Amino acid sequence: MSKPVQRYTARERSNHWIVAIAFVLAGLSGLALFHPAFFFLTNLFGGGPWTRILHPFIGVVLFLFFMAMAARFWRFNHFTAADRQWMARIGDVIRNRDRGLPEIGKYNAGQKYLFWTMVVSIPLLLLSGIVVWQPWFAPYFPIWLLRIAVVVHALAAWIMILGIIVHVYAAIWVKGSVRAMTRGTVSEAWAKHHHRAWYRQMTGK
Amino acid sequence: MALQSLDIKARSATTTPPPDVRARGAVPVAKLIDISKCIGCKACQVACMEWNDLRDEVGTNAGTYDNPRDLTAQSWTVMRFSEVEVEQDRLEWLIRKDGCMHCADPGCLKACPAPGAIVQYANGIVDFHEEHCIGCGYCITGCPFNIPRISQKDSKAYKCTLCSDRVAIGLEPACIKTCPTGALVFGTKDDMVLHAEGRIADLKERGYSHAALYDPKGVGGTHVMYVLQHGDKPELYANLPRDPSISPLVSLWKGVTKPLMSFGLGLAVFAGFFHYVTAGPKEVEEEEKTD
Amino acid sequence: MTNHWVDIKNTDLVLIMGGNAAEAHPCGFKWVTEAKAHRKARLIVVDPRFTRSAAMSDFYAPIRAGSDIAFLGGVINYLLGHDRIHHEYVKHYTDFSFLVKDEFAFANGLFTGYDAEKRKYDKSSWGYQIGDDGYVRVDPTLQNPRCVYQLMKAHYSRYTPEMVATICGTPKEAFLKVCAAIADTAAPDKTMTIMYALGWTQHSVGSQMIRTGAMVQLLLGNIGVAGGGMNALRGHSNIQGLTDLGLLSNLMPGYLTLPNDAEQDYAAYVGKRTLKPLRPGQLSYWQNYPRFHVSLMKAWFGDAVTADNNWGYDWLPKLDKGYDLMQMFEDMGQGKVNGYVCQGFNPLGSAPCKVKVSNSLSKLKFMVVIDPLVTETSEFWQNHGEYNDVDPAKIQTEVFRLPSTCFAEENGSLINSGRWLQWHWKAAEPPAETLSDQEIMAGIFLRVRALYQKEGGAFPDPILNVAWKYKIPSFPSPEELAREFSGKALKDVTDPKDPGRVLVKAGEQLSGFADLRDDGSTSCGCWLFAGSWSEKGNLMARRDNADPYGVGQTLNWAYAWPANRRILYNRASCDPSGKPYDPTRAIVAWDAAAGKWGGADVPDFKIDSAPQDGMNPFIMNPEGVARFFAVDAMAEGPFPEHYEPFETPLAVNPLSPKNPEVRSNPAARVFKDIWPTLGKPDAFPYVCTTYRLTEHFHFWTQHVRLDAILQPEQFVEIGEELAKEKGIKAGDHVRVKSSHGFIVAVAVVTKRLKALTIDGRKTHTVGVPIHWGFMGLTRNGYIANTLTPYVADANSQTPEFKAFLVNLEKV
Repeated sequence: MSKPVQRYTARERSNHWIVAIAFVLAGLSGLALFHPAFFFLTNLFGGGPWTRILHPFIGVVLFLFFMAMAARFWRFNHFTAADRQWMARIGDVIRNRDRGLPEIGKYNAGQKYLFWTMVVSIPLLLLSGIVVWQPWFAPYFPIWLLRIAVVVHALAAWIMILGIIVHVYAAIWVKGSVRAMTRGTVSEAWAKHHHRAWYRQMTGK
Repeated sequence: MALQSLDIKARSATTTPPPDVRARGAVPVAKLIDISKCIGCKACQVACMEWNDLRDEVGTNAGTYDNPRDLTAQSWTVMRFSEVEVEQDRLEWLIRKDGCMHCADPGCLKACPAPGAIVQYANGIVDFHEEHCIGCGYCITGCPFNIPRISQKDSKAYKCTLCSDRVAIGLEPACIKTCPTGALVFGTKDDMVLHAEGRIADLKERGYSHAALYDPKGVGGTHVMYVLQHGDKPELYANLPRDPSISPLVSLWKGVTKPLMSFGLGLAVFAGFFHYVTAGPKEVEEEEKTD
Repeated sequence: MTNHWVDIKNTDLVLIMGGNAAEAHPCGFKWVTEAKAHRKARLIVVDPRFTRSAAMSDFYAPIRAGSDIAFLGGVINYLLGHDRIHHEYVKHYTDFSFLVKDEFAFANGLFTGYDAEKRKYDKSSWGYQIGDDGYVRVDPTLQNPRCVYQLMKAHYSRYTPEMVATICGTPKEAFLKVCAAIADTAAPDKTMTIMYALGWTQHSVGSQMIRTGAMVQLLLGNIGVAGGGMNALRGHSNIQGLTDLGLLSNLMPGYLTLPNDAEQDYAAYVGKRTLKPLRPGQLSYWQNYPRFHVSLMKAWFGDAVTADNNWGYDWLPKLDKGYDLMQMFEDMGQGKVNGYVCQGFNPLGSAPCKVKVSNSLSKLKFMVVIDPLVTETSEFWQNHGEYNDVDPAKIQTEVFRLPSTCFAEENGSLINSGRWLQWHWKAAEPPAETLSDQEIMAGIFLRVRALYQKEGGAFPDPILNVAWKYKIPSFPSPEELAREFSGKALKDVTDPKDPGRVLVKAGEQLSGFADLRDDGSTSCGCWLFAGSWSEKGNLMARRDNADPYGVGQTLNWAYAWPANRRILYNRASCDPSGKPYDPTRAIVAWDAAAGKWGGADVPDFKIDSAPQDGMNPFIMNPEGVARFFAVDAMAEGPFPEHYEPFETPLAVNPLSPKNPEVRSNPAARVFKDIWPTLGKPDAFPYVCTTYRLTEHFHFWTQHVRLDAILQPEQFVEIGEELAKEKGIKAGDHVRVKSSHGFIVAVAVVTKRLKALTIDGRKTHTVGVPIHWGFMGLTRNGYIANTLTPYVADANSQTPEFKAFLVNLEKV
């Protein structure tokens, strides 16, 4: 066994998981109010009114911790030439044909896309959410704005949830990834395989 | 409230059909508000407060006769006074009783996420069942007439019930019973349309050549209708919408997006699962380190 | 009302003037909407403000507050000038052809006999020429220059449309349009109803305004017919009952009058009121005055009064002057009044010039307030900040509050505007220690009587001799009182034509005032109510709305005075031969076969007097006909003349510009100290008028949460033009100042109050609703009558609330 490579600090991991939990709760409560098929999810939160009461507060938690996380990871998410090459070969990535992929830094292009998707959609969710937040803020906004806000909120949430589904699946699919967020480390092989540029930077090899 | 479950025509956040065994169903009803007969006495406001046991704040005067100044969770109907001069030197004081229009295609019901919080009865009454209301305010975004109000006390949505509890046992709504001039009448929608025709003929004979019935088709018609002296200018009446309909944004949100987005999310999960069982996991061989 | 609420549905034209039925009488106004919906009736509103009634109208004409006689005089001039009158009607049923004394004249705004010192007329010249036969001389050709028609025509020829525009500010075209619509109802099959209220009564010439309206109706033949009439909309659910029962300082029940100081002799008193016919063959129903009077005395004093003591005539007060509201507060202010019992009345709010009322109340030793509510009057001594800025330490008046029941907490009858006595039943128990008004009054009476019995005192007779035969002496029941008012036989009452036939047995209730006798055999508390509780039972409690003739005469619903007649003078709806002028709206007709009058209504006539007998429809007048020439009945003169309000924007009366004496009503009583207080247009340039709103009822509903919600805060209304001039926006606070005080309220800026051009000058009107005070659940406000002058109508002494002067500033 080679020496594991440190990928996330304990603080980073905690931050991520708070965001993740908030997302799950906000997502479930939001879906409950989105389509009757999901309304049963309100039971998880103590019924409809409690779901309506809690959802926005969870959203605010999600927003604050996501912003903290985004600040931590901001600098790793600039696109590079290697990312573009990687994206060009996305088909091979999906088919697990990883041989000959360019050397990638801490995050690959897919992860960066997710990052920026979240950076856009979470503030949008917050802003649109405040506009329709009953009974505190909604009465102060005109109805036309409420109508725009509910559509923006739904679309932003949908895109975000889709992104997170991809994110979660990727973690399951790419073996050895989960421990990065549970224990903070990845194997040397994992690091070398998926994020060689980052590996080099971390180890000097 | 109060009508039987068998008389429900539509129910919020419910995707299965409503009960449909009754042979003839209830006859559609309507309240007709004849603005040309309304003296703005606000007796209907009092009747509404009394029957429904509502007491709004003792407010202030804002330089108008309108009081309470707007609909609230405790004021389900208010008079709106407009001073207009359609013809020069011919002042008119148009007084419109505002409140829920009981649309045949109710935007509130369409927008509501709580199953059964809003129902539409077979007689056309659109009713809020506050015990199911979760207080999200989506009905407000759905309503083309700006009617529902969320209570600051209990965060439930409220509006005129068309006295569904009275109508269910064969009584007229409280406002109708109290109206001293017959400006408010109630009956089957057909009868009300017929009554309105007589009123419109009378108004035309008095020189209101554009007198008309306000029963806007954009919301499938309403179960509260107006006789307007100036049917061609509904906006004279405290901005009564000319051609109301459910906002396209609300239709988009509660129309195609709702199933499509849900389907999209399901699809994403399925895609991942089948990718996993077909392409398999992405595993890193330990020997790679020797490369 | 000569007619009644339901009957309004029979009309072709509604003139609302001096009233605002839609707002102040919304339930009665339904009959206007019925007439409009089912008869294509038109509604005309003439008012200083574009009211909610105007909002319902087919045509609205603006008018300056207080100028209605000029407007209506102009209508009379139009009708006579264009000969648009009901010729047969005026010829037969009015005094058109009567000849007036040669001495009578009108010049310079004054009728003959004016005494400027006393501000009173010697009315001796205001009379008819009486022929040798004792009857009035007439000229059926109407050519004699001394006939009423010619005199009236000359009098109103001065009221040209231009003069109307000058005085009223009503544009000439609008005025002529109203005239033309009114004139159309001169046709025998067309009728107009006039609906008026306090907008006419509350002027220094209020009684004459109403008379002018009645004259218009008479010219058109619109009195006594279905859908016509002069219809006073009473401002209070039982104010009709108040006057019927004589709750005025100069009256007794049934419009019997108290004697004055000079009338110490019973025979002279009753003789003067027992009016003999002035034309042959006329009924002159007041010939029965002794029957009404004696029966009333028997009801009051029972066995104690007999022919020997002139039925207790010496026990009646003899008036040295009027003791109306204004006089009482004047006397009170001069320290001449020790105690005041204030029952169901809130004078601090509803009497003019609040500061005078407050000062007067402060001079009392004690005041008893009997009221269901905590009125401003009962708290007048308390400091309520800016709204009632008094110093309680300086007020020594002891106030007793005796809480009384309200109408819903007792049985009883209310008399509506249409003279219907409608019984009502208790709906709720009164709260806590509340007592009914009768219990309170009985309690006071029994204690006072006991004191007289024990201590004697000056002139105890009227008190000691009162008949008090109620089963529970401390609580005369409403039922006992109603039976007493309706009357009973004390001995068998027999048919005068057949003395053997007993009409009413001793002890039985009377069936009507025809049963009344002047020999002490009947007792009746109010002759007009006779029959309302007969042997058939309580007819006021009837609720049968059957309308067998389809003209809205529901004779088995409640009971209308007199004799259950629904339309007064209804004989006038038929031509002289007894046939209805409009068969589609027939209410009575002569049935030759049966030899009597009959129909949908109870005939207001001698039932078996055939048309050829020549008896005329106005049976209460000794002439048998209606009067255009009021003889000596009015204080200001036989023909109504326009006089300016006491606070007027005009320097002179445009009708008599050279005579300063007649700018305002020359016969109105004005207390000496009041003259200097009257506002002048240089300091107070705007015309102001006070009024009610539909959301409130006087000073009651400020105590009701529901009404407080509907209209929570005091406001005043000003036109857009004036608001712009003064930089006032809707919702700003403004101070309205008169020469008597000021109020501060929210400004409602409106298109509904337009500036009028009066005598060439632009004149603005300010509107002040009355409903706020410093008690109750609405937001505290100023009492509107802080602003009003202490002057009143010359006949009724009703205060001039509807037209005075103010200034205005933004706060």
